[in-house]
Amino acid sequence: MTMLKFVQKLLNKFLHDLFRKKKHLKIGLYGPPNGGKTTLANKICKDWLGEEMGKTSSLAHETREIQIKEQVSIKSKEKELTFNLVDTPGIATKIDYEDFIKGGLKSKDAKKRAKEATKGIIDAIKWLDDMDLVVVVLDATIDPYSQVNITIVGNLQARNIPVLLVANKVDLKKADLKKIEAAFPQYEVVGISAKYGNNINDFYEALFKVAY
Amino acid sequence: MITLQFLPYYEIEDLSSAKRIKKLLSIVREDKILLLEGRLKKDEEAELIKKTMEQIDDNFKGIELGVIYPEKKDADIFFSLKKKLINMLLGDRHGFTIIGPATVVKEIKQDPGKIQLYTKK
Repeated sequence: MTMLKFVQKLLNKFLHDLFRKKKHLKIGLYGPPNGGKTTLANKICKDWLGEEMGKTSSLAHETREIQIKEQVSIKSKEKELTFNLVDTPGIATKIDYEDFIKGGLKSKDAKKRAKEATKGIIDAIKWLDDMDLVVVVLDATIDPYSQVNITIVGNLQARNIPVLLVANKVDLKKADLKKIEAAFPQYEVVGISAKYGNNINDFYEALFKVAY
Repeated sequence: MITLQFLPYYEIEDLSSAKRIKKLLSIVREDKILLLEGRLKKDEEAELIKKTMEQIDDNFKGIELGVIYPEKKDADIFFSLKKKLINMLLGDRHGFTIIGPATVVKEIKQDPGKIQLYTKK
């Protein structure tokens, strides 16, 4: 182990200890649009609270406001983790209302959705500093080497916020978990299907591992 | 016709983060594809996205962004410290950044070694 890795490990341990002592943890779901953040938030809430959190859609930017579910408690063996779950709008570098028209919306509604989506992205970026742990949700069927993904992960790294990378939609044939692992070799990647619950227990285990 | 404008790092090195972003966006808003020597800081990249969102309207649809940043995988602690020190003193001039208006650039595909830019026109 190099000296740099040793120092990094020590710093991570210190941050994790600090993190565990906090009373109101915030776990954020971040990622590009349509990665499945709200689907995962719904799965977590359904599994542990018995109710869903937000609406999902195949049309991008369905979540345009920060959604918070308070006091979510998840358990694994003797461990318990209680947190506020923060579902954030998908981060993108462009919003074209004409894409929403192509998706079936009327011009007025499309423009309104675009306006709300831009505000949602600004809020999501502002909220980054408030997070204690972030689950980055990526669509495993899409090329992970996008600058948005790199910017999100880079900003979390720069802020020393613990990260769990989730490769969602592994139930689809096109899913390529290895490509996501190769793009972000510094992080553990958990492949799941938030929609069908595939590997969801592995996700909870990984969440405990990052949190403790 | 597509215009590619090169911006050497020294033209932004003395600017504050806010002024850097303003400068980059003003070039992109002229429908030019910007090729910047080096890269922005991580928080500046996030700020660039924020400012882009603030400016989106019926004509400006946002940006496409790509960064090529060569990193030595087996770098030892001295190499890493040396690189950090140079970046601190001179700014991060490694690699380059491409920013294009979304109305001109359809997509930027990138991996650690190459960038592919797909235009709309």
